[in-house]
Amino acid sequence: MSALLLASEGTAYHATFPILSAVVLTPVVGAIVVALMSKRRPEVAKQVAVLFAVATGALTFAILGLFKTSDAGFQLTDQLTWIKDPHISWALGVDGISLWLVVLTGVLFPIAMLGAPPHHDDKPFYAWLLLLEAGCLGAFLARDLFLFFIFFEIVLVPMYFLISGWGYDNRKYAATKFFLYTMFGSAFMLIGVIATAYLHAKGGPVTFDLQTLAEGQGIIARSTGRWLFLSFAIAFAVKVPLFPFHTWLPDAHTQAPTAGSVILAGVMLKLGTYGFLRFGLYLFPEASVWAAPGMVTLGVIGIIYGAICATMQRDLKRIIAYSSVAHLGFIALGTFSLTRQGLAGGVFQMVAHGITTGALFLLCGFIYERRHTYNLADLGGLQKPAPKLAAVFTVVMMASIGLPGLNGFVGEFVILQGSFLTRQWWTVVAVIGVILAALYLLWAYQRVFHGEPDGENAKVFDLKFTEGLVMAPLIGIIVFMGVYPKPFFARIEPAVVRLVHHVEANSNYVEPKVARDGEKIVPRDERREVANEEGGH
Amino acid sequence: MQNALFLIPALPLAGFIFLLFFGKRLGEPLAGWLATAAVGSSFLATVAVFFDLVSKDAEHRALTQKLFAWLPVGGFHVDVGFLADPLSVTMLLFVTGIATLIHLYAIGYMHGDPRFTKFFVYLNLFVFSMIMLVLGDNLLITFLGWEGVGACSYFLISFWHESEANASAGKKAFVTNRIGDFGFMVAIFFTFNALGTLNYAGIISASPSLATTTATVIAAMLFLGACGKSAQLPLFVWLPDAMAGPTPVSALIHAATMVTAGIYLLTRMNPVIAEAASWVPWLIAIVGALTALLAATIAIAQNDIKKVLAYSTVSQLGYMFLAVGSGAYVAAIFHMVTHAFFKALMFLGSGSVIHGMEDEQDMRRMGGLFKVMKVTSVTFIIGFVAIAGIFPFAGFWSKDEILLSAFGKSPVLWVAGLVTALLTAFYMGRQVFMVFFGEPKWDRPLAEAVPALAAEREASGVHQGHGEGPSEAIHPHESGWKMTLPLVVLAFFAATAGLLNLPMFDRTKFLEHWLDPVVSFGEVHVHEGPVFKVSVAMIALALAITGILIAFAVYIRKREDLAAKIEQPIFANGWNYDSSITAFMGGPGRKAFEAVAWFDRTIIDGAVNGVGTLVRDGSGKGRLTQTGYVRNYALGLAFGAVALAVLLISKAVY
Repeated sequence: MSALLLASEGTAYHATFPILSAVVLTPVVGAIVVALMSKRRPEVAKQVAVLFAVATGALTFAILGLFKTSDAGFQLTDQLTWIKDPHISWALGVDGISLWLVVLTGVLFPIAMLGAPPHHDDKPFYAWLLLLEAGCLGAFLARDLFLFFIFFEIVLVPMYFLISGWGYDNRKYAATKFFLYTMFGSAFMLIGVIATAYLHAKGGPVTFDLQTLAEGQGIIARSTGRWLFLSFAIAFAVKVPLFPFHTWLPDAHTQAPTAGSVILAGVMLKLGTYGFLRFGLYLFPEASVWAAPGMVTLGVIGIIYGAICATMQRDLKRIIAYSSVAHLGFIALGTFSLTRQGLAGGVFQMVAHGITTGALFLLCGFIYERRHTYNLADLGGLQKPAPKLAAVFTVVMMASIGLPGLNGFVGEFVILQGSFLTRQWWTVVAVIGVILAALYLLWAYQRVFHGEPDGENAKVFDLKFTEGLVMAPLIGIIVFMGVYPKPFFARIEPAVVRLVHHVEANSNYVEPKVARDGEKIVPRDERREVANEEGGH
Repeated sequence: MQNALFLIPALPLAGFIFLLFFGKRLGEPLAGWLATAAVGSSFLATVAVFFDLVSKDAEHRALTQKLFAWLPVGGFHVDVGFLADPLSVTMLLFVTGIATLIHLYAIGYMHGDPRFTKFFVYLNLFVFSMIMLVLGDNLLITFLGWEGVGACSYFLISFWHESEANASAGKKAFVTNRIGDFGFMVAIFFTFNALGTLNYAGIISASPSLATTTATVIAAMLFLGACGKSAQLPLFVWLPDAMAGPTPVSALIHAATMVTAGIYLLTRMNPVIAEAASWVPWLIAIVGALTALLAATIAIAQNDIKKVLAYSTVSQLGYMFLAVGSGAYVAAIFHMVTHAFFKALMFLGSGSVIHGMEDEQDMRRMGGLFKVMKVTSVTFIIGFVAIAGIFPFAGFWSKDEILLSAFGKSPVLWVAGLVTALLTAFYMGRQVFMVFFGEPKWDRPLAEAVPALAAEREASGVHQGHGEGPSEAIHPHESGWKMTLPLVVLAFFAATAGLLNLPMFDRTKFLEHWLDPVVSFGEVHVHEGPVFKVSVAMIALALAITGILIAFAVYIRKREDLAAKIEQPIFANGWNYDSSITAFMGGPGRKAFEAVAWFDRTIIDGAVNGVGTLVRDGSGKGRLTQTGYVRNYALGLAFGAVALAVLLISKAVY
């Protein structure tokens, strides 16, 4: 640890305490402690695990507090050389793009632990979860390609064991599919990581440092850069998942235990969309501009296609899984619209989707606790015996549908506003997804909650106090993010603007200017030309 | 006053939040009173703002207040801000005023309902959303309110959620509205992209610079949004079903306030419509006239007391769109206000009847109620003559304005409006005569009094479904003061609201002068002589009286042969429009969705699993190469080395 203390970089924001390393290592320590505990007292294991998760969450809030709002670059950086040649280092840093994802991770893990306990073997369950948290945090914070790759891969292991160990009937199939499919994607990325570093070195010293590689554009040939981008893109596309790489997701969600689903949808999918920003746009700006039409198209297909598939599902968890495909399609659309609104909206939507979908899966878990089924045909009329559960479900559902005033709307709307600037017609098609979201969620709600309950459904108990306690912060966040998203955007925007400028500087792309209130209005095409001329000087 | 604007939405919001957490503890009727007080004080705040505006010169009648930045991202910046100008204050006055009355009414109507407090939670949230819609100073806050009222409408339609029909009706309303919302959202994107602002003030000042194409797209897309919210062709199907909700909801949301939001939006954006290609106003006028006519024909053959009013609402909203399309924004708002009074009145009246009739909604089971429900009957009849357009009641004046401007647009539209006026007088007369006059059908068991209805219900097999009273004799009674007081107040306004805009002299056109600063961009003025104007009014009046007389002849003089001829099944079934859509959605629509799901399961996932199987089988074969004999591996190594050497040499050579 002392080495880490010394290693903190002497940048503008000198962090004396390596808080980023601490936030990654706390859950690791927690996992080890839980693993070493006695098997006979599972409730103590849970308490210790929750304690570590809460401590990690507190650290993420400390990061939020230390974060300098207007600073666009990496902050609170830690650097410790791991291997000299090739240069690989334990390099962590947080910026406006990763900040809220780190906080999201910090919030969701303790909630998932408290809200969705396992039914057997508590100890390994919590140990795996803590390890998973460390992996997620590490991936969001890594400033080194190799380090990122390791964290990106490491998360597969705990998730594999969580699904296969605590899942439902078909868990082995789902876990294997999940593992192999994402590994398949990662294999390409590994090639990409190594090739990028070595090609960039041009025979000189090899480094995996993200900033060095990203800021030194032009060394790798354009066509090679595009191939390298694709090798990363496949891994991220599988992770997000983008159409047509999505079919592992419904299976994984249906079979995963509730906590697994919460984390999978809430945090892990964002590794893909985050990856596109950090290792797509930042590392390969030119290739990202080149690939943008294709990526946007996949995003829009996902929005419509995911929604249609969701409508046809008969299993509550599969509906939400497919709805994730649609929602993450919005994020892909925003990211590859390459406008600051699209990007910022995308980052916001990652957090918003994490909260709402996490909450939806928790609620599914609550329903399963009562009825032992996710099958819509067996559910019905739950609102009568369980009005509070129904009310909470309604709020979360409305957030997911995109009701203004709740978080889902803010993300989606800002994304669409941004993507409209560069991708007018794709955006118009994507808005259709807004109609479809109402269709499948309201249909599901009607099946589960409306009608006269019969048999087992009539005997369902209402939201318990502890369940309410778990849901309360999520509902609070949903409303806060919907009503007052300014603190979020204030921190996201500088980093995003910097990224857009980075893309502009390294490609022929020019972000369309938005007419300011009261300014002389210049038609779109003319504005483009003006901007191009300016760019030429 | 400027800094107090936020109080208008904040009071119902506070009511909502308080009742959400403490409503159960307050219980009935205290929760209802609190909700009423919240909305009532919001009304008082509006009145204060109104007088403040009146005291200013016409050009300065606009108060704005910005609370905080809602969506600040780069050049895209939207505030939570309010704009109180003649248009929004006019709407707010009747929205909060009628809402207060309906809250009071609901305390009586919802008495004894196990979800009494929840009802008021939703109702307060609705009023808050509606105020945001109207008072917002930019398109996005209006959209916030727009979606909020939609959500409340969904909650309240499916309020009695145990019934499958209610639940489906709520979902249908929300989803249909979402189709309109698609238009609204696209319009917002185009507006921002072209003008760089969503503020009404900015849009209005910059709209002359809009390219015609852009203005056309924006106007057409806004109209699509308006068609959803205000139940116009082709999206009107949700409104008749929405009557499944409690009657105060029908009166407040689905007659007086929310459904007029589309007209408000178009009026607000009239400078953009003025820049659009001329086919957009034509489209608005034609859709309005068609909807008015179509819904009126459906209304003449309905037997459910609320369904008649629902189709009537659709039809009257069509009138308002006809006015908007004809450039008569003042007439549209005028009719919106008068309609809010008389339609809310009649819905509440029908609620009072349903209440007295022990939940019976079929008019064939009613008759002769005048004797037992005096206040309800008299007030309902005032509403009836107002909507029929009888001089000097409110509807006469506002409808006349619309017909006049429709004539200016095209005589064909005018004729459509006239026919609608005739039909309106007829079906409302029919309702009044069937419900309040003639022979009572409730004093005997159903099977004896109305055998046809009894047989119908027998066939449906549902035991006393929604809107069905007991099959024994019913003992109707007048409702309590909480329900009749709102009726009396509304009846007063239904009779006198014409005073707002009397066309005889320029100085009595109060509403026109009041709204002038807001609508002056798109407003088309009809310049015809007084003789012409009076004759147009007289023709409409004559037709209205004819309609009532026919209804009298058919339903009081018992010409059942005529009734059968008028109440064609095609009207009763709403031109099979709704059922065709349902059939399409359930048939080809569902098939298409199923095809996508099949594609996902079989092709996309099939490919994934196929690769998996292939790899497993393939590696099973590949395993055979691992023989364990060193000589085999050596051979492989040798081949590999040779291949590599060849590759390197060839690279070096080229």
